[in-house]
Amino acid sequence: MVDRATTTEPAHTVPPDVAEGQVTFTLDGRQVTARKGEMLIAAAERAGTFIPRFCYHPRMKSVGVCRMCLVEVSGPRGASLQPSCFVEVAEGSEVTTDSDKVKKAQDGVLEFLLINHPLDCPVCDKGGECPLQDQTLAHGPGETRFVEEKRHFEKPIPISELVLLDRERCIQCSRCTRFAAEVAGEAQIDFIGRADQLEINIFPGLPFSSYFSGNTVQICPVGALTAVPYRFSARPWDLDQVESTCTTCSVGCRVAVQSSSNRVTRLLGIDADPVNHGWLCDKGRFAFESVNSEDRLTEPMVRKAGRLVTVSWHEALDVVADGLRAATKKSGGPGGVGVIGGARLTNEGAYTWAKLAKGILGTDSVDAQLGDGLPAEVVLGLPRATIDEAVGADTVIVLSGDIREELPVLFLRLRSGIVDGDLSLVELSPQATALTPHAAVSLRYLPGAATELAKAIADHGAPAPATADPTDLAEARRLAGADKVVIVVGRPSLAEDGALVAEAVQVLARALPKATFLPALRRGNVMGALDMGLSPGLLPGRVGLEPGRQWFTQAWGKVPDERGLGTTEILESAGGSTGGEGARTDKPHRNGARVRALVILGADPLTDFPDAGMVRRALAGADFVVSVASLPGPLSAHADVVLPVAEAHERPGTTTNIEGRISRLGQKLVQPGQSWPDWMIAAELAVHLGADLHLDSVAEVWDEIERLAPAYRGITRSVLDTPGATDGVVAPLTVTAVAFSRRPGSAPLDPIAFPGVESVEQQGAPPRAGLAGARTAGIAANAANAANGSKGAPEVGAGTSGDAAVTNQPPQLAGPFEITVPRVVPTDSYSVRLVASRRLYDRGAAVDAVPVLAGLIPDSPLRVNPHDLDDLGIGTGGNVKVRTATTSLVLVAVADPSLPRKVVATDFNVPLAEGTVADLIDATAPVTELRLETP
Amino acid sequence: MPVTGAPKIITGRIGHADSHTLERYLATGGYDGLRKALAMTPEAVVHEIDTASLLGRGGAGFPAGRKWAMLRQSPVTYLVVNGDESEPATFKDHLLVERDPHQLIEGVLIAAYATQVSQVFIYLRGEFALGLERVQAALNDAYSHGAVGNDIFGSGFSVDVVVHPGAGAYICGEETALLESLEGKRGFPRIKPPFFPAAIGLYGEPTVVNNVETMSNLPWIVLNGGSAFAALGEGRSTGTRLFALAGHVNRPGVFEIEMVKTTFRDLIHAPVLGGGIPHGRELKAFIPGGVSAPWFGPDEIDLPLGQDEVADAGSMLGSGSVVVMDDHTCAVRASWRITKFFARESCGQCTPCREGSGWLEKIMERIETGNGREDDLDLLLDVCDNIAPGLTWPPQQTTICVLGPSIPSSIGSAIQMFRDEFLVHIKEGGCPYG
Ligand SMILES: Cc1cc2nc3c(=O)[nH]c(=O)nc-3n(C[C@H](O)[C@H](O)[C@H](O)COP(=O)(O)O)c2cc1C
Ligand code: SF4
Ligand code: SF4
Ligand code: SF4
Ligand code: FES
Repeated sequence: MVDRATTTEPAHTVPPDVAEGQVTFTLDGRQVTARKGEMLIAAAERAGTFIPRFCYHPRMKSVGVCRMCLVEVSGPRGASLQPSCFVEVAEGSEVTTDSDKVKKAQDGVLEFLLINHPLDCPVCDKGGECPLQDQTLAHGPGETRFVEEKRHFEKPIPISELVLLDRERCIQCSRCTRFAAEVAGEAQIDFIGRADQLEINIFPGLPFSSYFSGNTVQICPVGALTAVPYRFSARPWDLDQVESTCTTCSVGCRVAVQSSSNRVTRLLGIDADPVNHGWLCDKGRFAFESVNSEDRLTEPMVRKAGRLVTVSWHEALDVVADGLRAATKKSGGPGGVGVIGGARLTNEGAYTWAKLAKGILGTDSVDAQLGDGLPAEVVLGLPRATIDEAVGADTVIVLSGDIREELPVLFLRLRSGIVDGDLSLVELSPQATALTPHAAVSLRYLPGAATELAKAIADHGAPAPATADPTDLAEARRLAGADKVVIVVGRPSLAEDGALVAEAVQVLARALPKATFLPALRRGNVMGALDMGLSPGLLPGRVGLEPGRQWFTQAWGKVPDERGLGTTEILESAGGSTGGEGARTDKPHRNGARVRALVILGADPLTDFPDAGMVRRALAGADFVVSVASLPGPLSAHADVVLPVAEAHERPGTTTNIEGRISRLGQKLVQPGQSWPDWMIAAELAVHLGADLHLDSVAEVWDEIERLAPAYRGITRSVLDTPGATDGVVAPLTVTAVAFSRRPGSAPLDPIAFPGVESVEQQGAPPRAGLAGARTAGIAANAANAANGSKGAPEVGAGTSGDAAVTNQPPQLAGPFEITVPRVVPTDSYSVRLVASRRLYDRGAAVDAVPVLAGLIPDSPLRVNPHDLDDLGIGTGGNVKVRTATTSLVLVAVADPSLPRKVVATDFNVPLAEGTVADLIDATAPVTELRLETP
Repeated sequence: MPVTGAPKIITGRIGHADSHTLERYLATGGYDGLRKALAMTPEAVVHEIDTASLLGRGGAGFPAGRKWAMLRQSPVTYLVVNGDESEPATFKDHLLVERDPHQLIEGVLIAAYATQVSQVFIYLRGEFALGLERVQAALNDAYSHGAVGNDIFGSGFSVDVVVHPGAGAYICGEETALLESLEGKRGFPRIKPPFFPAAIGLYGEPTVVNNVETMSNLPWIVLNGGSAFAALGEGRSTGTRLFALAGHVNRPGVFEIEMVKTTFRDLIHAPVLGGGIPHGRELKAFIPGGVSAPWFGPDEIDLPLGQDEVADAGSMLGSGSVVVMDDHTCAVRASWRITKFFARESCGQCTPCREGSGWLEKIMERIETGNGREDDLDLLLDVCDNIAPGLTWPPQQTTICVLGPSIPSSIGSAIQMFRDEFLVHIKEGGCPYG
């Protein structure tokens, strides 16, 4: 608990170096300068005078309701008490915050707040980090004069699966309702009643289902709102807290990870100015339960006689090494091994795996994306925008999936740019999204025809697609011509080849040469994985295989001979001619080699890949499957070896978000059992392959990344260590790029605005030693053995030390590129095109292993244009039969007028009435066409 | 000379049983004021109202002409008529709404023309069932008559008027809460400053909010000239005003009285007005301007019914409600009753008002029911002080709207005037009046 009256930190939301007009006023007798238009409470705080408050929140509009912040302000009719959160600083005004009158008013408000407050602090989750408690201690009366019966409400009532409400504790500050209405844009909670019966509640029968509900729990200045997963689980003073980055998606929100007895107890948002403004989505906030899961894999396992049995790491890695060697040999080249996944790795893990795969094994068939992203060159080669630049642009063009479902806090930021700022949104999408109501224009396109729409925007002479309204198109052209344009690019549908979207993006990139781009690729550290080269044709640091060949050969000793396969092709190749459901037999494979061994890094293609049939064929067809995982998923049943890996909060390192922002991951937990950090598994596997990566600690990995990966050049550990870099550093470093977004020397901790985040531990750059930071004794011993030659001559290449002076850094990718785009040939005029979109809560591991979230996974219907539904004679809610060349499902159809005719949509990786959408998608086809029939 | 010979400016018609009909209205000079106004320039109409020195009749007494002049220039502006009248013992607008709806509409149209507003909302208290019916019917008739709508009386001026019922919250009479309510939101008053409705009002557009009675004066002023109105009354308080007289009087009711020229004694005792206190009892105290106003005692009975005169004596004419308490009235119970009203009607936004009103009510209840404590009087005054620091008149405010600082008025008065009565309650463990 801090005494806010005496220890004050300057407000962080208003930069002191303000360009606009300044105002000078007198604060308790001192001359103070503030920005014109700034609220008194913030100006005073920056000047070191903390004015107590409850309803004021630096990230929301002032309402001036709690009246805790009353101070005396001079005016034409003398000084009067004014709410300092609602009064702008005025030139020459005199402000008194410490007079008897002010003190009496503030004490009075506190006393009023306490008369009906239950004061059940001993059993209240907020106790110990409660702004009411803290400010009462600092300002409040010592004892109560209230002898009457306090207000009573039923304690507590659930207002969603995640949030409980205790109305007796509520002080009616409206932080939660303002968050819901203003920030999230969903007024699902509001006041009801009047006077001292004023209460927060939901609307009858409608739960507080917002994806952002946890934020209200965090900013509630009392314990009125509590989170189901945290309730009664700890007292705040017993918790360790370390600052880190959420890796549930690639927005990279900054978090305080709080833990006790080697378990995460909760995650709280940290107000990182360039990224999340303190907000988190509920998935990111609550997904930590999967880390605590009882089901965590704790020991390496190898399949023996059909069953996975626990073995030592040594044995497991020997089996892996043998399996990979065998596959290489059988396929006649390194292309016999395919490596899939990597978005759950740290940058250090991704680099180490890339070095192992490309530098030791020599395979380029490596892909961190699971057929759900975009061609990596295109993404990495586009000039990058930051989130702030997107929010502050004139126009943002969004060609991606529903951002609220995929990158939730980016949705909040963009929405705020539109609602609170001057940002105009042009949306290109096959269906309506959560952003559609905020769009200046939302243009529809037929799956497969994004390029046609992009051309129509880029070129006034180009024909307008039938799906786009001409007036809207004209407006889109006008907005695209604005000065500052940022284009957000992602994957609108998993049933549409990413290359088709990439082509449209390149059309826009060529037509709008000043535009910058924000990738909307969703998976945790997918951007870091791609930056580290976990993609065919790429090497670390946003470098192409050919341009980087010399540089990395010099550093690593070897790089792949030719471009390898992406995930879809790897799976297709692995599936080979084994037959089974709808297999296309003996398709020639690029560079000849059939993939026979699959190394799957922290992913499960059985749930994550769009084409389920292809995955099943691949797993059946592959000779050898290695799964590096933290939880047993469906994949375990098919794996020959399972290697347990450390999870978020158990490993130090860095991660890279959609902006290219590199931030530090905090480590507070010991990984369970025998699991290892990601980088270490690769490093030791190298030893078992008879090689040495010369990477002995996370710090060494980082140092090598900084030295070798051009886009990361200059981002040394000491740069990452600077206090100003706690919000991360955007790569590549430009001259001015180490943006010290936070006040030097301290974190932006405002425990009144974001209760619970206090004195959070800052871990610096990746450590050299320490828990999970250093190599195991096993690696050292093996390395010694390898050095003694006991393992025999290296078979698959040995790295040379990277210490040799390196010259001629290769150039970073710079698009636009020529990419191979499949041709879309409509099957027939009866077929409809499928859109497969993502939902925040799906059957992915981050949700499925988290009990409170798993219950929120929705059942998805098939959305159909109402006219198409009419033509079928099916009413909304009726059954429809959906047929592909190989399968058919009976689904529930609902009318969705946002869809163009002949387009149907449903959601990926969530239950349908029958099967999943992955049963319908053919990943080799550019678009998925279906026939709708009455069942 | 208890009652002056001043003309009945706004109640002249209500003697007729059919005073609410268009026929009666037209037969008694109805809509002539509007015709006359439409022939004038809007500026000339505003000038007449300025000359009349018509003070707002809704409570704050702000000059109507000045308020109109403050309306920010904007392509869209609104006029909103406040007919939410929900204060206990205040029922003067009720009379105007039920008995002379056309006069209200004509006034509204004149104001709309003067301020060049093309959309008006008349917000009426939801419980005014008959009033709502009559105003709506009158409005329909006025539309048919060509007095409302497009191109009124061929003048080229057009305005639409919509009647909107409130949903039963006193706070929606506060003009910014009223605007929120009209917008379909909770009736939470908005913070002023910085923005008053004349700058940012309904749907964010500049808006004039005026009371029903204020509006009802306009036809007469336009027809007879601002100076004729200003010739009545004295000082800033010109013309006549309606007073709703209630409590211990023989003839409770609404009376139209020339301002300043008449005193509280006249209002309470004149045979044609209040007709005196029943049962020959003595006057104990009276509330001069609604439950928000500090009380007066017998010593103030000769004060004239003038805005500044009453203000100088430490209270206000407020909502135009005068409540008389005879010497059998328990001051504790009376102020408890008023406090209870505020404790139910506070919108609950601001801490001092939300919590303070309830707390005060609970203390008052304790004292009245015999559970008072010695230090309760100090506690009451200190809690009051935390809502309205200094307990001055006019009060200092720690809250968003003036409902908050209105809460202490009755308690402050009662303690100041009848401290002994409180002590008796406390010492004897109950109410001496039974
Ligand atoms: C709590 C509260 C309740 C009010 N109720 C009413 C009301 O019922 N009718 C009314 O005309 N004014 C009411 N007012 C005053 C209005 O806010 C506003 O001053 C008035 O409508 C302006 O009209 P006027 O200038 O014509 O008097 C109330 C004010 C407060 C603070
Ligand atoms: S629930 Fe919490 S945040 Fe919401 S109004 Fe009550 S005290 Fe404020
Ligand atoms: S938006 Fe993404 S990074 Fe932010 S909290 Fe949610 S899952 Fe985590
Ligand atoms: S003073 Fe009372 S009624 Fe007025 S806004 Fe505040 S809480 Fe609501
Ligand atoms: S009124 Fe200013 S902080 Fe609540």
